[in-house]
Amino acid sequence: MTAAGIDFSVTSDLRSEIRAWRTRAAIAGGVGLLLLALGAVLSPDQFFRSYLWSYIFYLGIALGCMAWLMVQYLTGGAWGTVIRRPCEAAMRTLPLLAALFIPIAFGIPRLYGWSHPEIVAADELLRQKHVYLNTPFFLLRAAVYFAGWILFQWRFNAWSAAEDARGGELAQRRMGRLAGPGLVFWGFSVTFMVIDWVLSINPHWFSTIFGMLFMAGQGLSSMAFLITLMILLSHRRPMSEALTRRHIHDLGKFLLACVMVWAYFSFSQFLIIWSGNLPHEITWYMQRLSGGWQFMALALIVCHFALPFALLLSRDLKRNFKLLTGVALFVLLMRMVDIYWLVAPDLLKGSFAVSWMDFVAPVGIGGIWLAYFLLQLEKRPLMPVNDPNLEEALVHGRE
Amino acid sequence: MTKPTHGLMAEFETPTSLVNAARAAREKGYRKLDAYSPFPIEELNDALHLHKNKLPLIVLAGGIVGAVTGYMLQYFVTVWYFPINIGGRPLHSWPSYIVITFEMTILFAALSAVLGLLALCGLPMPYHPVFNVPRFALASRNRFFLCIEASDPLFDHDATADFLRRLEPKEVSEVEN
Repeated sequence: MTAAGIDFSVTSDLRSEIRAWRTRAAIAGGVGLLLLALGAVLSPDQFFRSYLWSYIFYLGIALGCMAWLMVQYLTGGAWGTVIRRPCEAAMRTLPLLAALFIPIAFGIPRLYGWSHPEIVAADELLRQKHVYLNTPFFLLRAAVYFAGWILFQWRFNAWSAAEDARGGELAQRRMGRLAGPGLVFWGFSVTFMVIDWVLSINPHWFSTIFGMLFMAGQGLSSMAFLITLMILLSHRRPMSEALTRRHIHDLGKFLLACVMVWAYFSFSQFLIIWSGNLPHEITWYMQRLSGGWQFMALALIVCHFALPFALLLSRDLKRNFKLLTGVALFVLLMRMVDIYWLVAPDLLKGSFAVSWMDFVAPVGIGGIWLAYFLLQLEKRPLMPVNDPNLEEALVHGRE
Repeated sequence: MTKPTHGLMAEFETPTSLVNAARAAREKGYRKLDAYSPFPIEELNDALHLHKNKLPLIVLAGGIVGAVTGYMLQYFVTVWYFPINIGGRPLHSWPSYIVITFEMTILFAALSAVLGLLALCGLPMPYHPVFNVPRFALASRNRFFLCIEASDPLFDHDATADFLRRLEPKEVSEVEN
């Protein structure tokens, strides 16, 4: 079994199956977005709340995939070679996600208090932060993030296409060189992005680890998504001939690592603020640990950390496709809960509440995103056929 | 000197023939066998069914003991023996315990991994009969050895020697105790 011996282009059976998934996702997404549009008319405030957190969740999957791809260009390894194509397809959804950002731009007055001159005028701290927190600069920064992400996805995908056409060494060298600066840009852009889009909802509060909390979250969401996808593909030709339990096991280890990193960052932030116990810091947690939100916090500790951590310790579970898919989907659900818990309390300014739009928004945005992702995925062979490391990656899968 | 021999040892020139021999011996029903090679051979784990051992459980137990020890250490010091009001916080301030609890979990788990490994391998072991075979020194250079031990219920000196010879080794030698 050599890399050249297997044709990794999407078979006609798989293509029709992917199209069926795509149709279903697009219908769910279309219906979701229609209902969401209705919600936007009925209650604009709620619409923007639901839209913001759902959008950040799906953007996190795409950006997380971008980060994994760049990590694999820097470190190499069989785990990374086999997920290159899904990661590239997820990166190619970034232009769509840029378009989906537009509603948030229109929602600035309803989401961010600092956009109202009368609120800023009455608040000394906001007056000082006005140089940074103002609508034009906010939009400019968003444009810079998207420009950067789209630039990176364009280069990586173009080189990858060139590698498919003409063989690997040069493309590999170029991608390796760009991956380092790309990861630095990812780190900075995600940090500033969450400061802008999430943290500034409550401009009086700050946390220097907040960006890293989202970076770990993105790594976790995207790895859970990739595991689900790879397991689905592993039952179908052509991937069934090359993708094995051992590759999935490696991805499962990353899932465990991300669960721990997320818990580490979350607890670090909590411990420092809890120890300091200063009024302008601790209020953020007091809001999230009362009025019903504390049950969500408890759910996060148990279901976002303790349970997946304990389950993923098992080698047998990481090698069991059904159980691992279950854990990955559960982690994705808890990622949504986590983002909701971070975003919503400051917008609702009260006790725990969930609107019907909080269920419709993830389906709407997610359906459209998934349909677009699948459209991108079927365009290219499912493995990087001319990657010099592919042979080794496939050998690694055999036991 | 209860038993005259430790077992029988076959010498092979390639890793593939060692793996095949190990597989054949397993199939034949031998359970008390060990293989020696100058470098790790992944397939040998499969051939000898060596995937499962007790080390993960030992490490888990070590980790749990470490967590409980770390937490209790702080709990008894700050709540029972030296209760001091620090910044108005409750005596049982669990968030501040977590870091040390975590470190102790890692420490105990790591130590039990090292000690558990040594214990499961039976180390330190100043004497092992396989070194009585003069050619065994080559196991750290370029030869591959399979040893069927005399304690195996199926072990029969002549029959086992015959069986090993049929695997076409370079040499079959007796391992004196």
